[in-house]
Amino acid sequence: MGCVRVFVPVFVVLAALTGAGAAFAADAAKGKAAFIQHGCWQCHDYAGEGSIATSNGKVLARTQLALDAFKTFVRTTNGAMPPYRAAVLSDADLDDIYAYLQSLPQPKAVSDIPLLNDARSK
Amino acid sequence: MSTKNSSPRLNRRKFIAVAAVAGASGAVNPAKAAAVTVPETGTRLPSALPPNARVAAAETGAAPLPSGGNGRPGSDFMVDVIKTLDIKYLPANPASSYRGLHESLIDYGKNTMPEFLTCTHEEFAVGMCHGYFKATGKPIMTLVHGVVGLQHAAMAVYNAWCDRVPVLIMGGNDLDAAHRPPGVPTFHSAQDINAIVRDYTKWDDTPVSAQHFAQSFVRMYKIATTPPYGPVALSLDAVLQNEPVRDFGEPLYIPKFFASAPPQGDGGAVKEAARLLAGAERPVIVVDRVARTQEGVRLLVELAELLQAPVVDQGNRMNFPNIHPLGRPPSVIGQADVVIGMELSDYWGTVNGFIDNGNEGFGQNVSKIKPGTKLISISSVDLLTKSNYQDFQRFQSIDVAMPGDAEATLPALIEAVKSAITSDRKDAMTKRGDAIREAHAKGLDAAKQAAAIAWDASPISTARLCMEAYAQIKDLDWSLVSASGNTSNWAERLWPMDKHYRWLGASGGYGVGYGAPASVGAALGNRDQGRFSVSIQSDGDLMYAPGVLWTAARHKIPLLAVMHNNRGYHQEVMHVQRLANFRDRAVNTGNDLGPIGTSIMNPDIEYHKLAESMGWWAKGPISDPAALAPAIKEAVAVVRSGQPALLNVVTQPR
Repeated sequence: MGCVRVFVPVFVVLAALTGAGAAFAADAAKGKAAFIQHGCWQCHDYAGEGSIATSNGKVLARTQLALDAFKTFVRTTNGAMPPYRAAVLSDADLDDIYAYLQSLPQPKAVSDIPLLNDARSK
Repeated sequence: MSTKNSSPRLNRRKFIAVAAVAGASGAVNPAKAAAVTVPETGTRLPSALPPNARVAAAETGAAPLPSGGNGRPGSDFMVDVIKTLDIKYLPANPASSYRGLHESLIDYGKNTMPEFLTCTHEEFAVGMCHGYFKATGKPIMTLVHGVVGLQHAAMAVYNAWCDRVPVLIMGGNDLDAAHRPPGVPTFHSAQDINAIVRDYTKWDDTPVSAQHFAQSFVRMYKIATTPPYGPVALSLDAVLQNEPVRDFGEPLYIPKFFASAPPQGDGGAVKEAARLLAGAERPVIVVDRVARTQEGVRLLVELAELLQAPVVDQGNRMNFPNIHPLGRPPSVIGQADVVIGMELSDYWGTVNGFIDNGNEGFGQNVSKIKPGTKLISISSVDLLTKSNYQDFQRFQSIDVAMPGDAEATLPALIEAVKSAITSDRKDAMTKRGDAIREAHAKGLDAAKQAAAIAWDASPISTARLCMEAYAQIKDLDWSLVSASGNTSNWAERLWPMDKHYRWLGASGGYGVGYGAPASVGAALGNRDQGRFSVSIQSDGDLMYAPGVLWTAARHKIPLLAVMHNNRGYHQEVMHVQRLANFRDRAVNTGNDLGPIGTSIMNPDIEYHKLAESMGWWAKGPISDPAALAPAIKEAVAVVRSGQPALLNVVTQPR
């Protein structure tokens, strides 16, 4: 899987983002499995693109949140998203999920997708 | 039995039978009839004739088969009545309780106006009526078996009720417990079949004579088609269908139908609403089921442009063109100082938020609007509120509430707003419009960028699914007849919705199983108007009443169904996950992806084979996004040839 191949660069990116070794063990492949096992895909889709209906349009793929902020949100959210506490989702799994999200490919530019040029055009 | 203090009475069945037999000689002969069974003597005159020999025999013997030899069947007259109302189709599942009318429709009525469409389930027959109306603006009718058929139909009737759609329902029933056939027909009879749906129909009746039927049928049509629209029901007695029609001494007649003028908002309230809107700094127009016609769309555009106000289309109809630069998302409601909501199904939910956080079973309520925001409402539904079913939603206090039809009220409101706008407001309004246009353009760019994410993913993203479909139909006069799957509203966000039939809205009552039937019904209506019908068909929805696929093929109803196959009851997938999270439990998925009981996989359903088996052209499963365009192109060609086609597309969840 592509997400495995990008593990090393993801590690580097994470280390830079978090400024520490918080992601020292993060594994994007494991993260993808955890993302599916724990039901993140249900609202955010398998590729983290999200939905206007289920994730208020929030995009998880290559999230701009730092790891600590990401983890804090997942643990404490009490809004539309239910919290995932440590009893059901370990810190290690969260690290891996974060690595998976960072491993997802950059979206194509809209200009490179001719079909989107037809959007709302007659 | 009569008592000495009561008058002798005949029930309706006896009375009709007496009259029918006597009718053969041109008149009732009281002396002859009385010679057969002499009522007990009382102090009062009989209110009706006593039974003759036939009736007396019927009281003690087996119920005779309906006779075709004693005159014109009552059901033939019913067909005459039905034919006065320009009802084109009758999708229905056959049933013995309406066999008399069934036979009259196809033989006496020659199976035209209405044409009987064979259905394999009553629920989707009603769903077809629902979709047909939204595509054409004309109601059609269905027939159901009295008890079990109407029970099957009930969920679809509720959807039509919540979606304010007229559906004409007639249920066969055999009221006479002493004479109807025992066994199955008696299991399938009831005192009052309409009770099954009374809580969510606008009106119902049980005619007991041919003339009563004529009045009630025209009345039901009139009630159903006067805003607020809604389903209506008639109980159709077996005897009334099968026994010779009689006029009881007065010539039978069929009342002429004249459409009622739709109710409008009160003139004084309209002026007050106009004053508030014209003086507002940030007015917002919110619409849900306003536009019944293209004229309704035009009127709404005129009002928005007059005010230079943003329009939030909640989408239960195509009310406001999404290509218009004043179209905005619901988030603008939070900035409003005046909100006018028109035909909203949930005003409270429009100006408040509810977060289902699951803590101890209660969610969080939050206001979306600023304190002091003035609220205006025009809604025909205010004229018809029932008690049991809670489709009226939470109560919202409204500053200016106008019970009335919004489309019909718009011309007066527009004129009142024109009068209320002062010249010193015009510059500010122009600036406001410019800002909205800019935000609209940015919103479209953002939507495109969101659609680009996971564009090449497999399973296929819902944005890709929708845009690949649009690419193949954009040059046709298309109509999105249903989007039963939750595909992030991509079609409504990215397809150009410029006409009222481009998008027909959702189910109304959120009863799953609406999508496929309503799509087929709408496609039937669109077929006759030369439009191309496309649906985004979800997997869970299709499995409620898949027999509608056969009906579509049988009656050559062209429809392109592009499946949003996410292999689960996805709303429930998330609900169970949510509860497990709040309870700090890892959800049990068994061997599936979602919580046990919510996935539709292992084995995966081969919807393309299901459709093929019922006469559709079909292809799938398609999970490679690159394979989508050629498959849709092929399917479009099939649909344009007059056949239905289905593509089983494996997609991302939402």
